[in-house]
Parts: sequence; structure tokens; C-alpha cells
Amino acid sequence: MTVRTRVLILVSAVAVLAAVGLASVLHASARADRRNHTQAGGPGVTPGTVTLRRPGRLVFRNMAWGPHRDELTSVPASAPDAARTASGLKCLRFHAASGTGVCLQAVHGPVSDTYRALVLDARLRTVDRYDVPGIPSRARVSPTGHFAAWTAFVGGDSYAGTDFSTRAAIVDTRSGELIPSLEAFRIVRDGRPYRAADVNFWGVTFAADDRTFYATLATKGRTYLVRGDLRRRTVTTLHANVECPSLSPDGTRVAYKKRAAGLPKDAPWRLYVLDLRTMRETPLAEPRSVDDQAVWKDARTVVYALPGDYGADLHEVPADGSGRARRISSAAVSPAYLP
Amino acid sequence: MYVADSRASTSAQGAVRSSAGRRRAALAPTVLALGTVSLVTDVSSEMVTAVLPLYLVTGLGLSPLGFGLLDGIYNGFSALVRLVGGHFADRGGGRHKWVAGLGYGISAVCKPLLLAAHALTPIGLVLAADRTGKGLRTAPRDALISLASTPETRGRAFGVHRAMDTAGALLGPLVAFLILRATVDGYDAVFTVSFCVAVLGVLVLVLFVPGGRGRAVPAERPTVRAALALLRGRDLRRITVCALLLGLATVSDSFVYLLLQRRLGVPDRWFALLPLGTAAAFLLLAVPLGRLADRVGRWAVFLAGHGALLVVYALLLTSWHGTGLPYLVLALHGCFYAATDGVLMAAASDSVPEGLRSSGLAVVQTGQALTRFACSLLFGAAWTLWGDRAALAGAAVALAACAAFSLTLRPKGTVPA
Repeated sequence: MTVRTRVLILVSAVAVLAAVGLASVLHASARADRRNHTQAGGPGVTPGTVTLRRPGRLVFRNMAWGPHRDELTSVPASAPDAARTASGLKCLRFHAASGTGVCLQAVHGPVSDTYRALVLDARLRTVDRYDVPGIPSRARVSPTGHFAAWTAFVGGDSYAGTDFSTRAAIVDTRSGELIPSLEAFRIVRDGRPYRAADVNFWGVTFAADDRTFYATLATKGRTYLVRGDLRRRTVTTLHANVECPSLSPDGTRVAYKKRAAGLPKDAPWRLYVLDLRTMRETPLAEPRSVDDQAVWKDARTVVYALPGDYGADLHEVPADGSGRARRISSAAVSPAYLP
Repeated sequence: MYVADSRASTSAQGAVRSSAGRRRAALAPTVLALGTVSLVTDVSSEMVTAVLPLYLVTGLGLSPLGFGLLDGIYNGFSALVRLVGGHFADRGGGRHKWVAGLGYGISAVCKPLLLAAHALTPIGLVLAADRTGKGLRTAPRDALISLASTPETRGRAFGVHRAMDTAGALLGPLVAFLILRATVDGYDAVFTVSFCVAVLGVLVLVLFVPGGRGRAVPAERPTVRAALALLRGRDLRRITVCALLLGLATVSDSFVYLLLQRRLGVPDRWFALLPLGTAAAFLLLAVPLGRLADRVGRWAVFLAGHGALLVVYALLLTSWHGTGLPYLVLALHGCFYAATDGVLMAAASDSVPEGLRSSGLAVVQTGQALTRFACSLLFGAAWTLWGDRAALAGAAVALAACAAFSLTLRPKGTVPA
């Protein structure tokens, strides 16, 4: 083959490959337009005022296609499928309590996305903002509204690898004081101090005393439920195989996802409720794998997201293992019930 | 340096002039072609690496904890596949190009497969196939570089190749994020473009890298035993022993970045940029240090590179908190790679016969990769037991001892004759 032939082959191949690449990029960018159009049959969304001080409301991230996609929207808690009021504020993850909200946002930069956490007041105005080190996964506000927590997946801990770790942060919303990583806390495992380089925390949930919290601790391939103490800066392991705990309103039970034996690696979880006094586990009547931090709608019901046609739908199931799961709202994620 | 220069310039010309003159003449087109293949392929593979975490979490909704463990296993596996690739490339005398091409091809095909895989298990399998391709191609490619360049310019040839390779690795994530910027959840576009770029890399290899070198097939077909018998040769054995020992004291990059972050409290959002600092220094220094290795001896530069790593450890151990610390540490860390990665291949090439070049280089690379993996495990354990500073102090002592030992073993053949 002469050099000329080879260059000719290369040039024509470049042309074909460039066309294929360009077509795929154009195809993917055309999706943006489709997303801006409201889909027939989807929930109605109208712009309006969303506040965090309206009892009996449910606030969540709206994922229905249309101009208000990804915005925080509000519906009556008793009618979660009703028309939605959109706030104009976009969040990836959200939670709220007692007039304080936390919103985890992506900030689109020229080259890559960065993430931040906004602490919101009752009218969704930003009180404080913090850098979040990676893709946000969990958000929680304490029942008093005095503390907020978030978890992010952090990449880049290994050079050009696909290594992951999580970082869980807690902020005092009154003073603005930030604990950037729970890894700074002292760990007590099985009654003894514990140290390891591979410790990861995620999924914080707060008690009403502004001091106690629960979270997942992972180390050496196992996960634990830990009880944390914000004043003494310690965490103590309570129970094994617990992820993304969610404390009940009365502080006696924890709903969580557990890795059940014999399930596929990509869908390993089942929802359970743990009684903190008797340490008895109750499996809930949700047969599917749930990868979410559930919220308590009231003392008897937990609500969580499952993958759906528009990303995610909200489902609920009784917290005592009885009954059956049912879908309460489509195209919604990150719910918070305003009591 | 004076001695090396006067040996290199056989004529009465000045040393500087003569080496500048040789540079243009001696850099084989094959090296540039292979550099281009690596650049293009690295753009493709780093595009995927950069968005994979994002894709898994936001695109597929997976919780990829523990994925890192798989990564370590794949890397060990890839190191072993390298021996296979090296061996098959040598059999028949001129198969380097086709074994390397197979490796590049496998990795290219993996990109569209990622689109079809929606659960952790199939994604793990596709990534394993990708690593197999990477393992297969590395040794034959390095053998081609060394066979295409003269012994006097081998350091520079490897330097040019590594610089182009690293440039691709830096460009890849940029391309990926530009595509994500222009699209909505455009992971399919990223994987498709990555596939197109990978195909281009294979094509450049097929079209512009000479295949058989027209050499007669050696009377004896290289066997695995012959490859292992290479280690009976004094020089290669010494190089391998030193590479293994030094590998055992080379703390993995992620630990270096973690230590740096702990020392300085680097904000998390900048953390992902630390590897870019190392890569940038590697990119800038690969060619000059490769040339230096050709002039003053590869072994000297290889050991000096480990000296730079030792300074990195020392800086991380001191209590100096200057603003220059991260820049200095990352520059020295990149310097370490520039002075060792390609230079070791150039040094090893000197003591492996042509017919076994690929196998010989694979033996050195695999040994080094495995001891580095062992070092990561040991360092992680030491960190857990005694804390980060004690672990690092241990690594520094081990590195100093191994470097001193390597100094005494200095193989003869690695100094330009």
C-alpha cells in the first residue's frame, strides 16, 4: 500500500467516524428540547410559591418533563398525585424540616460539573452555601431544623481509576459551622476504639435532641448502623448490614435498606425496620430492591423512590411489615413531609 | 555528563550540536505513529474513565461502593495478561503489531458494549475485557518502540511516546465533559465518540505502523522457557530485581494524593485535579528526561527518578506547610514518572535480544506492577495499624534502602556504550 492510499483510507475513515460521533452528540443534545416539552398524561405543574412552613404539604424534586423539570415542587401530603406547584429552584437532592431546607445542586462549569449544598430558609432563600466534593446522594435536615447533613460520592481517590468513596458532612445551620467529613469522628466498634483507612460514612439521619444522629459506616466490606454524638464527636456501631437509615418520628425505629442474601449484585437491597430497643428487624412488604434513604410519612408509613419512567417514582409501604407497597406519585424524588 | 557527551559525539563537532542534529534523524516514524496511536487511544479510554463514576451513579442509579476493589483485581489481571501478550508477540518474529492491534481492537469494541450493559456485573465484565486489551497491547507496543529506535536514542523515543500518551490522557476527560456539557445525559454520545476515537487509533496502527520487520523468523521459536531464561542474563536480572525492589517501595498514587490532601486540607473539589498535576509534569518532562537518559545513562536517570520520589515522601513527612508544597510535590511526582516509566523500558531493551524483546519487557513490567500492588496492600495495612505518617516513614526508609542497593547493582549494559 502506498502512503497515498493509506492517507486516503485514514482521511475517509476520519470523515465517517466524525460523522458518527457528531450524529450521536446531536442526537443526545436533541433530547434537551424534548425534555422541555410537557408530556401528555404527566402531572400538571404550574409555577407558584413553595414555602417550608406550610403543614400538610409534601415537597419533592419534580422529574416530569417540561419547563419545571428538576425544580422543587409542592403538593398536599394527602393527595401526592395532585397538580404540582413549582418553586423555580432546581435540586438534585432535597430535604426539609421545621422551616429549614437543604438543596444539593449541580453547578455547570465550563469543563465539568461541581456540586454545592444550599441551606434554605422557609421561603427557599439561600442562607449558606457549601462545596460538595462529588455527586450528591443523600440529604437530611434534623427535626429541629438546626442541623443538615449530606453525602456525596467522591471519585479521584485513585489515579485514573473507578474507585469510589463517600463523604458525609454535617452543618450547624445556626452557626454555619461545618463538619466536612464524619471520618474525623472517633469510632467505637463492638465496644472498642476502631481505626481504618477504608472507613466510609453515608446516609445521616437525625434525632430530635440536636445531639444524636444515625448513619451508615462501611469498612472492610461490611456496613454498620452507627449512633453518633455531635457533642462528643463519636460514633458507635449498633447493628451490622444497615445502609441509609431513617429514624422514625418518635425516635424508636430505623427504616433502612439491607443487603439480603441471594439477590443479584446490582439490586441487593430490601427495606427493613429495626426496633432500636429490642434490636428486632422486620422486613417490609416491598418485594423490589430499594436504593434510597426512606422518609417517614408518619409513625406508620415509610416513603421511598424507585426507578420509574421519568427517572423515579415515589412509593409507600406500612412500617410494620404488613400490607403491600403502592405507588403514590410518578416522576418525583427526594420527598420531605412538612408536619 | 561530559563523559557521555564526548562518547556520543564521535566527530569533532560540539556535543550539543551533534545531539540536536541526531534528534531529527533518529526519531523513527514508527515511534511517532505509535505515539499517535497511544494518544488517540488514551483520549478514548480516559473519556470513559472520567464519566464512568457519573454514569454509574446518576445514569444507572447504582451505588458503586466497592467498585474500587474490582479495579485493583483488574489491574493485577491486566499485568498477567501482559506476559501472554508479550510472549505471543515474539512468537513468529514479527507479530508485535498484530498482537498490539488485537489489544487495541478489544478495548475499542468494549466502548459500545458499555451502552448495552446496565447492571454492575455486565459492566464489570466489559471493563475486564477492556483491561485484557490493555494488557495484551502494552508489551508488544513497547517492543515495537524499542526495535524501531537505535540504542542511543531509545530513551528519547520512549520519552516522546510517553509524552504523547499522557497528552491523550489529559485530553480525554476534557472531551468527555464537553460532550456532557453539550447534551442531556449524553453518556451514550460519550461512549459512541469514544468508540469512534478508539477505532481511529486501531486504524492508525494498522495503516502506519510497519508490521513485520522483514527479519527472518528465528530458527528457534521463542518459548515461555526462553523468555524466563532471559532472567539468567546478568543485566536483565539485575534490572528486574531492582525494578521489583523499587516497586515494592513505590506507594501508589492515590495514597500520595490522599496524604497531600490530609497535610494541606486541599478542598475536596480540587482533589480530582491532583492527578492532573502529576500528569502535566510527566507530559512536560518525559522527553527531556528521556534524552537525558540517552546521554548520561538510563540507570542514573532511573535511580534519580526514585530520588525525586524519595523527596516527595520527605516533603510529605516534614511539617512545612508552604503554598508551594502541592506544586512541588506534584512536579516531583510527575518527574518520578518521567524519569522511570519509559526510561526503564529503554534500559531493559538494552539487555533483551530482539527476538524476545516483547517477552522481556513484559517480564519487567509485570514484575513491577505486581510489586507495586503488593506495596499498596502493605502500605494500606501499615496506615491502618500505625497511621499515615509512620507508614510513609517506613516507605521512605524502604525506598532509600532499595535505591542504595540498586546503586550497587548498576547493570553495565544500561550505560550507552
